[in-house]
Amino acid sequence: MVTRGFTGRQSGSELSDRIPPGQHLVDNFPVLTAGPTPRIDPADWTFTLRVGPRPVKAWSWSEFNALPRTRMTRDIHCVTSWSKLNTAWEGVAVDDILADAGLTAPTPFALAHCYDGYSTNVPLADLATGKAMVALNYEGQPLPREHGGPGRLLVPHLYFWKSAKWVNGLQFTERNEPGFWELRGYHIYGDPWNEQRYTND
Amino acid sequence: MTEAIAATARWQSCAIVEIATRTPSIKSFFLSLSETFKHAAGQHVDVRLTAPNGYNAMRSYSIASAPSDSRVIELAIERLPDGEVSPFFHDFAQVGDTIELRGPLGGHFLWPGSSSKPVLLIAAGSGVVPLMAMIRHRKASGDPVPVALSLSSRTWRDVLFRDELLELEMSLPDFALAVALTREPATRRTDFSRRIDARMVADVAARLPGSPGCALVCGSNAFVDIAVDAVLSLGLEAGAIKTERYGA
Ligand SMILES: Cc1cc2nc3c(=O)[nH]c(=O)nc-3n(C[C@H](O)[C@H](O)[C@H](O)COP(=O)(O)OP(=O)(O)OC[C@H]3O[C@@H](n4cnc5c(N)ncnc54)[C@H](O)[C@@H]3O)c2cc1C
Repeated sequence: MVTRGFTGRQSGSELSDRIPPGQHLVDNFPVLTAGPTPRIDPADWTFTLRVGPRPVKAWSWSEFNALPRTRMTRDIHCVTSWSKLNTAWEGVAVDDILADAGLTAPTPFALAHCYDGYSTNVPLADLATGKAMVALNYEGQPLPREHGGPGRLLVPHLYFWKSAKWVNGLQFTERNEPGFWELRGYHIYGDPWNEQRYTND
Repeated sequence: MTEAIAATARWQSCAIVEIATRTPSIKSFFLSLSETFKHAAGQHVDVRLTAPNGYNAMRSYSIASAPSDSRVIELAIERLPDGEVSPFFHDFAQVGDTIELRGPLGGHFLWPGSSSKPVLLIAAGSGVVPLMAMIRHRKASGDPVPVALSLSSRTWRDVLFRDELLELEMSLPDFALAVALTREPATRRTDFSRRIDARMVADVAARLPGSPGCALVCGSNAFVDIAVDAVLSLGLEAGAIKTERYGA
């Protein structure tokens, strides 16, 4: 349905094939969070890998920082409709976290858990084979607190609520268990190219 | 606490039935739903505008009206000078136009419901919109839970829903209102003439008959961070504080 009088800020550029349906470009980096922004001292930071309820391995900040480093420059897409191109991240690939724990493919699904009680579910297939990392740096600097520092999950090919801020662990689960927003009306998978914003989209 | 609001929210066309100028930069748009829904106070809709060549732009807007008025919903939209969607509403949209929207959306930033402890509401500018839905809902439902609202605005003319809030302050039991003006002095003794800080939040919370059980904070990200730190220093747990950040 055409909206009378609306033309919009059409970029009409060669970039348009990088913008999923219903999204628009921003240059800034908006912040959206459901509660207070946690303060986590790296000295108190730990990252725990679980299979079901069982902890398999935990890393301190310095142990985690000693793992192999990965860099990714990716476009990111927030469900509130902004997209940001060429964001540069550095961190530890989920593959390398699994390898350090001596695991390959524990279960088909995972839940990311966070310091503020937030959680989100992502299939293993979307975390492994270089697709996702725990990001520690953004644009060459330590990840700012408001964007999830010290560390956030980065799953850039899914809507950005899947890239959980202030992450403190991955829990592998047999079933696809909905996380915080997935229990509150948002899509279980969240593919921006298929506009999977809300439940049943 | 988990509200599984899983109904499919389909796109629908809604007619603009009324436009009201609220402040120099905020107008209310009353939209008549073609498919009625019942929202929870605090929820939003996604609005989609489409150009003749198929290009579209989508933004989220909180619902200002109470859930009891279900056929017509009110959106209050602030005009951002270089924005894409909000200037369209202010400069082009007219009564009789149709707008596409889907909703109600969002299952977290919600009125906590009756039987809860006093509720502290904190907003800046158009951030008061979802909180207004809560206050109107409290009034319409006769819910007795005490509420205090701290609302920051630039000037007295910029206070969104000002006259209605002043009227509710007089008529609604256990509702306290504190306006904080950042660009001109406040004239009422119970208001403030400065930006939000921990002392102000403590002062407003003390107008409640008991310590708040939860706080809902809405506005720009910078504002929300300051307000949340102030609420935390009151002794509220992080889990009792819900925030809605309009992004920038
Ligand atoms: C859950 C939720 C609820 C909300 N509720 C409300 C509400 O009740 N009322 C309300 O008024 N708002 C609300 N918002 C904010 C709203 O969704 C929009 O973000 C807001 O109206 C701005 O949209 P816009 O298209 O006018 O501006 P945009 O085009 O998105 O731009 C926003 C600002 O960024 C600048 N900008 C960004 N990119 C560019 C660019 N490429 N070129 C030029 N300038 C640029 C503009 O100067 C502008 O000031 C809500 C947001 C969320 C997430």
